Amino acid sequence: MTAEAEQLTAHRPAPVAPRVHKGRYSLARTLKYAALIFFLVIVLIPVYVLLVTSFKGTGDADPSRAWALPQIWTMDNWATAWTTLAPAIGRTLAIVVPSSIISAFLGSLNGFVLSRWSFRGADIVFTLILFGMFIPYQAVMIPLTQLVLDIGIPTGVPTLIMLHVVYGIPITTLIFRNYYQTVPHELIEAGRVDGAGMLRTYWSIVLPISIPSFVVVLIWQFTSAWNDFLFAVFFSSSQNGPVTVALNNLANGALLQNYGVSMAGALFASLPTLLVYIILGKYFVGGLMSGSVKG
Amino acid sequence: MLNKLRRVGPPLLMLAPSLILLGVFVYGLIAANFTTSLTDNHTAAQATGQQPAVLVWFTNYVDLLASEDFQHSLMNLVLYTVVFLVGTMVMGFLWAWMLEKPMKGEGLFRSVYLFPMAVSFVASGVVWRWLLNSNQDEQASGLNRLFQIVGLDALQNNWWNNVTFGIIAIAIPAIWQLSGYVMALFLAGFRGIPEELREAARMDGASEWKLYRHVLFPQLSPVALSALIIIGHMSLKAFDLIMSISKPANYQTKVPAVDMFVFKSSFDYANAAAVGSILLIIVAIVIVPYLVRTNREEKR
Repeated sequence: MTAEAEQLTAHRPAPVAPRVHKGRYSLARTLKYAALIFFLVIVLIPVYVLLVTSFKGTGDADPSRAWALPQIWTMDNWATAWTTLAPAIGRTLAIVVPSSIISAFLGSLNGFVLSRWSFRGADIVFTLILFGMFIPYQAVMIPLTQLVLDIGIPTGVPTLIMLHVVYGIPITTLIFRNYYQTVPHELIEAGRVDGAGMLRTYWSIVLPISIPSFVVVLIWQFTSAWNDFLFAVFFSSSQNGPVTVALNNLANGALLQNYGVSMAGALFASLPTLLVYIILGKYFVGGLMSGSVKG
Repeated sequence: MLNKLRRVGPPLLMLAPSLILLGVFVYGLIAANFTTSLTDNHTAAQATGQQPAVLVWFTNYVDLLASEDFQHSLMNLVLYTVVFLVGTMVMGFLWAWMLEKPMKGEGLFRSVYLFPMAVSFVASGVVWRWLLNSNQDEQASGLNRLFQIVGLDALQNNWWNNVTFGIIAIAIPAIWQLSGYVMALFLAGFRGIPEELREAARMDGASEWKLYRHVLFPQLSPVALSALIIIGHMSLKAFDLIMSISKPANYQTKVPAVDMFVFKSSFDYANAAAVGSILLIIVAIVIVPYLVRTNREEKR
């Protein structure tokens, strides 16, 4: 709290019942709701388009019917999109699950050490790690392709797992460090008194209380790796690529400029992250907040 | 000696995997990229080692910055960044301000405003390509058709096909996608302001507007800075949306990140690396002071 605020609160008289604004502000409130609903509709317009178009057959292709509901509802687009995208969705899962778990684990190790072990230059180390979060990956892409060749790991799933692990470290470290700084010192010191070393303390005291943070980190990593397109487009082909690459190919398909299929595909590609958002919204937002450095 | 090792050993052991990985994959590769950008490695033959690349120092940078083509990309980047930043900040702040006080339906509004953030740019690009279709009048679909339906025919335009301002059309879906994020940041900011502050200001007879103007808004400046940094650095990396809405080689909507991809695709590694370095320099100019400042503040 600022000094000014403290001053203000210092000689505060006894609490008074909060002022009731009803009546006087009802016009303002109506306007506010109108504005909120207006923006709600605007935000949802693409969803309407996506759903409606995905159910349209080719007979609805006339531009004059663009915004109308389908004349005949059909699931054909959905079926086509699913058969095209299903293998890629499987590959995405195979990338996203292990990479999220590994980068979360590494982040928790780093976060623990950096929040509890002060050594000269610890801040610099932390800042150097954080900078990895902000670099444009374009600035490492060319030598990265060479490095991947040199390591000899196949493109597609294995390479993408590795890249999401490595470039996930900065954000996971940040989230865990911020979390461990809020854990009471005594809890961790207790272990130390009993003679436990750092590794032991981490394993038996810190790790078990890290679960809430793990949930946030895993959701964050899951979402960003699922939605990644940049690494995917550089390090996979249409045969071994994740769903973003497959969807992009589907949508840019030369033979069919069939928006219905593309839109059904876009829905399939978004469903997992949307489900995470709907079911675990609180943790999803937690990840978003941690991304803002100060947390 | 042994004692010191026992003290320093375990933490170092725990940090080591990450430090090595980041040392190689971030700092090592940045250096390697910079080296490549100083060579004349412009063709596939050289890439396969048939012809050794020759050091040409900053020639690639000079040529790039002097070319009308790349200047257009930089101009697009500036336009995109300005529109994207202003758009998300204004919308995000407005939404947060409206939702700041507890009210009915608050959760619904918040969830809907935020949901586009969960969707990939590639997926939303599919819808927005349809919405931003440039056909007009009889042929119009997408937003142009919608404008006709509601009687705003004059608003019809060719969207991203406009050579000078087409990139702004790409900023619209970006704003759609990230305004909710900025809202969430500002909401957290509003909620983080201690209740006593408001109470105190009200005691002193401040009107609602004065309370916001003089007490609450000033408290939000760190949040605003975070949001600017995050959105700003995202906009410099803009790639996915452009790739899925227009085509990569499209002159109208290209930005440096797309140029880098196009150079790489034609095996012009030197220029691709140079574009990458230019992007890194732009990001570093913004990010490094911010990180240093955050670091210093934490120490206090």
